[in-house]
Amino acid sequence: MSLKTLKAILLTSSLVIGMGAANAQTLKWARAGDSLTLDPHAQNEGPTSALAHQISEPLIIRDMTGKPVPALATEWGPSESDPNVWWFKLREGVKFHDGAEFDSEDVVFSFNRAMSEESNFKELLSSVVEVRANGKYGFEIVTNGPNPIMDSNLTNLFIMDKGWAEANNAVKVQDVEGGEDTFAARNANGTGPFILVSREPDAKTVLTRNDNYWGIDEFPMEIKDIIYTPIQNQATRVAALLSGEVDFIQDVPVQDLARVGETKGLKVITAPQNRVIFFGMNQGDADLETDNVEGKNPFADLRVRQAVNIAIDREAIKKVVMRDQSVPAGMISPPFVNGWTAELDAVPAYDVEKAKGLMADAGYGDGFSIRLNCPNDRYINDEAICQASVGMLAKIGIDVQLEALPKAQHFPLIGGLQTDFYMLGWGVPTYDSEYIFNFLVHTKGEKFGSWNGVRFSDPDLDVKIQGLASETNLEKRNQMIADIWEVVQREQLYIPIHHQVLNWGMADKVDTIVSPEDTPMFKYFKLSE
Amino acid sequence: MLAFAIKRFFQSIIVLLVVGLVAFSMFNFVGDPVDSMLGQERTDADVERVRISLGLDKPFPVQYYKFLQGAVKGDFGISYRQGRPASEIIAERLPATLELAFVSAFLAIVFGVVLGIFTAIRRDGWLANTIMSLSLIGVSLPTFLIGILLIYLFSVELGWLPSFGRGDVVDLGWWKTGLLTKSGLLALILPSITLGLYQMTLIMRLVRSEMLEVLRQDYIRFARARGLKDKSIYFRHALKNTLVPVITVTGMQLGSIIAFAIITETVFQWPGVGLLFINSIRFVDIPVMAAYLMLISVMFVSINLIVDLLYFAIDPRLRVGKSGGAK
Repeated sequence: MSLKTLKAILLTSSLVIGMGAANAQTLKWARAGDSLTLDPHAQNEGPTSALAHQISEPLIIRDMTGKPVPALATEWGPSESDPNVWWFKLREGVKFHDGAEFDSEDVVFSFNRAMSEESNFKELLSSVVEVRANGKYGFEIVTNGPNPIMDSNLTNLFIMDKGWAEANNAVKVQDVEGGEDTFAARNANGTGPFILVSREPDAKTVLTRNDNYWGIDEFPMEIKDIIYTPIQNQATRVAALLSGEVDFIQDVPVQDLARVGETKGLKVITAPQNRVIFFGMNQGDADLETDNVEGKNPFADLRVRQAVNIAIDREAIKKVVMRDQSVPAGMISPPFVNGWTAELDAVPAYDVEKAKGLMADAGYGDGFSIRLNCPNDRYINDEAICQASVGMLAKIGIDVQLEALPKAQHFPLIGGLQTDFYMLGWGVPTYDSEYIFNFLVHTKGEKFGSWNGVRFSDPDLDVKIQGLASETNLEKRNQMIADIWEVVQREQLYIPIHHQVLNWGMADKVDTIVSPEDTPMFKYFKLSE
Repeated sequence: MLAFAIKRFFQSIIVLLVVGLVAFSMFNFVGDPVDSMLGQERTDADVERVRISLGLDKPFPVQYYKFLQGAVKGDFGISYRQGRPASEIIAERLPATLELAFVSAFLAIVFGVVLGIFTAIRRDGWLANTIMSLSLIGVSLPTFLIGILLIYLFSVELGWLPSFGRGDVVDLGWWKTGLLTKSGLLALILPSITLGLYQMTLIMRLVRSEMLEVLRQDYIRFARARGLKDKSIYFRHALKNTLVPVITVTGMQLGSIIAFAIITETVFQWPGVGLLFINSIRFVDIPVMAAYLMLISVMFVSINLIVDLLYFAIDPRLRVGKSGGAK
């Protein structure tokens, strides 16, 4: 290639770029992680769902405040005649990005797809027996018993076009485990407010506004183009925001909050996240492997668990470790969840003397030693929280050896029951306590209690938890939830630490609130000049 | 010559097998991919099912054997994280890393040689001394710190250069290049300096000491006595003789530039294989990790092989020794 042609190429390409960058309605969005796949049923994971929400839609979504609002369904409810049936009225006149019409066939197809073996969403639909169309714009879900909160399981369940999936050999969910690569993993055809233009995984995804969107007049829809880049390195992510290369980052590191907030033209907005951080203790086994007490399990004694609970100074963790970016907690449920109450979430009073007394009463006046397992790349300042707790527990004689590991090594310890004292965080996508009980309180077994690493088991309580799934009398159901929480709190199943707080950093021109799901819905965003 | 090459080739295969073996035995310590794959709503039955379908329940010699079976056919399996063939993902990412590595190597060689000659010729000049002291920074500062300092200075404070990414790329069908767009070239500057700084100072110091060595030789004195111009002495007589070790070292360094681009790529969110590898470790994406490690070791082994063969061609003593042994 001669120098002249090279110059010509350089010149034309820079012109092309120059034109693209001039658009003021472009939002440059960055966060730490990228979406894993475009297949909407393959991965139930934050960044993957967040991108999918721009392109595709479920029947019902949560708006930026977390409230369920209509998307592809306009009305819904449990059937009057049969308590095992939920009915949905579908939105008429909606078109997929490729022009195909949306109707009940697509919904039936998508639900069956989401319930297939390879789907990551089948647990949310485990009670579903049958899905069926009721005319072109009617849809019904039949469950194996009344399911009072069916609708809140559907807010991440995206609808695909049946014809598109069939034409492109994407009827089956991408089987990551079986090593399959489907068309749907790299292409998307939804009904959502934005259309996929291009995507390079881990590098750049470009979306453009869907001008035929059904809600184009209903929502602000002020963003024309979205350029989404994952930036893993914290310092680089903040630098990109400071230098104006991106307009919006979802995860501002706590140590940089002041820096971003004080920069002219930038702001940080904050809200509690749907995630609570807590410690779990093995209280079920007769003896612990990681402690120095022979033949006994100190955590089996309620007084020891209570002592640990009041020996943790949550306010200090908030001030020193989290730089005020946390809400100290008294229960392991985020505040938006059905079953949460301010009384239950009241922060336990920090009292070393009382804790020492409890330890002495339990026969551990001289303390004991135990290993604490902690992730170091999962939650905000996770390892630092554990380090702070080590110091606090030392004051009541518990000698803690901290073992901080990457999440890929930490979580298998909990699932495999290889840790006696561990940190875990929990988000509740259904906004209902049943979700917490199913995974964290129910006896560990094939279908329930998969995250119950505290080895708590109470057959009577298990019956109650399973009963929640079919109790349609909401008042009665709420009473059952309150009863179960009463046991969880009384038995000190877990040691709640705090609710995580989300910090979104953005240019002043971006106008939004923080979604508790950490999922921006760009159709709600406003852009001012 | 042929026998030597064949022998070397088989040695390389053994090296690759050992690398694969070590890598595979380490994967057991990286963590469990099943948890990251299934997300929060998994039951214990799911975990069991996935572990069996991935073959993770099998002992590691069996896993390794299965991996080799595929690898021979160029099939490294499907990425757990992205659900696409690992070899395809690596091929897609490789251009970014190679471009970055070659530009860094180019900068390192050009500036390294020029500054090396300069500091050798003006040994006691203040500028040369300043350059020598500054070069200590390149050797001693860790890469990520240099990267962050550069970002802070040129992106945040001055706003001249992008802090992350690769800019716009032009798709040539089989190769996506950032070398043909303005934003692509701008995006290259900071990462390539970060990645190449260490090599640059290394080459500079090497050239300088070799140059000083050569300048003391008798033939340079004779050249001066003959009244040759300085320019011709330095560049025609001295430099040529310093380049042999420099070329050897540079060749070897190119391999390590590609392999150690990991940190630079993480700091600058450069979409190359290094960043891919880091993500794969976090996710315990065994197929991609294995494919990457094999790729890097193939690269090192082939560079070594080429260097060995070059030695054989250049150094007559090796040949004599062999034919002597045959008698």
